[in-house]
Parts: sequence; C-alpha cells; structure tokens
Amino acid sequence: MKKTTTLIVAGCLVLLVSAFAVKKIATAEGYKIGDIAENFTLKNIDGKMVSLSDYENEKGVIVTFTCNTCPYAVAYEDRIVALDKKYAKQGYPVLAIMPNDTSIKPDDDLNAMKKRADEKGFTFPYLIDEKQDVFPKFGATKTPHIFILDRTEVGFVVSYIGAIDNNYKSAEAVTTKYVENAVDALIKGEEIIEKETKAIGCSIKVAKN
Amino acid sequence: MKLKLIFIVFFALASCKQESKKETNVKEISKAKAIKTNNALEIYDFNGIEPFLNIKDNKTYVVNFWATWCGPCVKELPHFEELYKNYRDKNVEVLLVSLDFPHQYDTKLKPFIKERKLQSKVLVLDDPDMNTWIPKVDENWSGSIPATIIYNKNERTFFEQSFTYEELEEQLQQFLN
Repeated sequence: MKKTTTLIVAGCLVLLVSAFAVKKIATAEGYKIGDIAENFTLKNIDGKMVSLSDYENEKGVIVTFTCNTCPYAVAYEDRIVALDKKYAKQGYPVLAIMPNDTSIKPDDDLNAMKKRADEKGFTFPYLIDEKQDVFPKFGATKTPHIFILDRTEVGFVVSYIGAIDNNYKSAEAVTTKYVENAVDALIKGEEIIEKETKAIGCSIKVAKN
Repeated sequence: MKLKLIFIVFFALASCKQESKKETNVKEISKAKAIKTNNALEIYDFNGIEPFLNIKDNKTYVVNFWATWCGPCVKELPHFEELYKNYRDKNVEVLLVSLDFPHQYDTKLKPFIKERKLQSKVLVLDDPDMNTWIPKVDENWSGSIPATIIYNKNERTFFEQSFTYEELEEQLQQFLN
C-alpha cells in the first residue's frame, strides 16, 4: 500500500516536471529591424533589370513581396497601388517582388505578372525573384509581406516588417494602417511605434531539390 | 489484500470517469463558443478558437491551420486525415482550423469538406485582426500557412511548414512516448 502511494507521488512529480518542457523551433532567418539591406538586382516585367541601388535618390522603399495567386496578396493589390500613389511622391515608392517558384505556380510567371500588373494598373516595378535568393535574405515567408527600407548614410535600413493593415477583408474596415503609420513616422523623423506586425499569408513556394 | 483490491478498483473507476470526461471536451467547447454557425460549419473568432489550443486532458492534439485556397495545405491534408484514422484510438485528436474567406464558405469550403469526406473535426477561424491573434498561437509564427501545432498538457511544438505523412507521424510519436 505504502509502495503504491510512493509510486503515485513519484508519477505525479514526473508529470509536473515534464509539464514545463516546451519545445521551440527555430524561426526563419533574414533581416531584422535595424539591419542594412544588401543591394539586389532582379528582372522587371518589362524585361529590364532593377536594383535597390537605383533608389539611392529616394528617401526609402516600400519593398512588397506579393504574387498573383495568393488570395491575401490579391486582396491587397489595390491597397498596394494606393500606397505607391500616396508615398512615391513623398520619397517612399513601392517596389514589388514576386518570390514564388513558377514551376509550382505557373500563374505567377513573368507573363502572368505582366498581365496582372496591367489589369491592376501597377505604378511600380514588379520584379521576379527568379533564383529565389533575394526573399530569403529579407526573411520573407509569405505573400503579402512588407519590408520598409529607410535610406540613411549607411544604407537602406530595414525599418518595418509585416502587414499592410489590420483587416485583409475590407479596406473600409481597417482601423490601423501599419505601413502608412510607419512611413508617416519616417517622413516626420519620428520613431515607428509598431515596427513588426503579423498577418496570414500564403507561404512562398520553393521547388524541392 | 482486500484493501489493495478496493484501491485498484477505485483507481480504475476514477480513471474511467476521467476518460469519459475527456471524450466530451472538444464537443463541449465547440457547443459553447461558436460565434455563428453556417449549416455544418462552426465559425469562431480567435477567442473562440483559443480554448481548442489549450485543452488540458490526456489527449494529444494535432491542430492544422489551412485553407482550401492554399495549395500546400490541400496537398498535406490527407496526411492529417490518415494520422487521425491511425491514431484516433490512441488518444489523438486532429483539429483542422480553416482560414477560408467567409464569402467562400458555401462555394469552396463546404463542398471541399463534403467531397473529401473529412473525418477530422473542422473549425473555421474568422478573425481579421491577425496581428493580435497570430502571436497568441505562437510567437514565432510569421503567418504563413500551412502551420501546425502538436500539443498535449505537457508540451507543445509549433511548425510553420508542410508535412509528409512520415514527418508528421514522427513528430506525433514524440508526444506519445
């Protein structure tokens, strides 16, 4: 009897100890807030090459990983166009990059990108990350995924990472415009209050070797 | 000896009672918290989903965040179904949390559930304020799907990735040992 009790107590102790064993999985690597973004050169839908260094006369760049095929990215297309319209003239243009492997997502290939950009009236370059070596440097994991770069003396500083706003469903229902708040802060020379936000998106499609 | 027998019977009864309580747990939560139902669908905001991510009974829960429009999600969904089929008798519950768009509940989600004859429990999460709830699911989640949590009352692991059946089973095994 006593032995059984001891066993139960021992069992409870084991359970208690293991209750606090929480495993962690490493997160995707890439730029953190404050990092300097490296230059990159990618092909635009017009066939010309575009580099980050082409933006050296701007105050910064709103780098937007997006694609044709993700419903969340599609839901934000008009809002991305509106961002460029509002902020390009203030020195923060949009630069869109399509990161998916087009063998997995043929509807994201250069022709489809060109078609979509025409349909939606993109006013900014829409580049393809053909070698898929730019999005990992940023640590982009999904579309849409925004990185606001602020040009400083030392280079393009990653100043904001995350979502465009807090309601994917409807632009009218949005109560916090994360990207606009961040760019407005940069323009005013103020600290960005929310530097990182999260949103659901489609995982970037990478061909398995 | 007699005392010992009584003790064993008591213990067996007690654990039985606990067992039956656990069985109803998911159902109880789902009855209580659905914000709206759309015929067969149980639709929740994050406050409604959160209890499903924190059930503290003797089962192991495999919670998969997916959507019909998400290619890799649809591709791996049969593995979760298979896992449920193979482990439902081993105290494992599979919850499929759909992030489908509300305007596609009738046109996409319901037909999908019906055609695929999904056996795992499907919950629908409709909560646009993602920046608030994504970190509550896991602080490391960037928000891409598919994403999966495996948990029981002792431990929890979050995965922002796709699974093959073998990979999924291997991860689950670690919770069952």
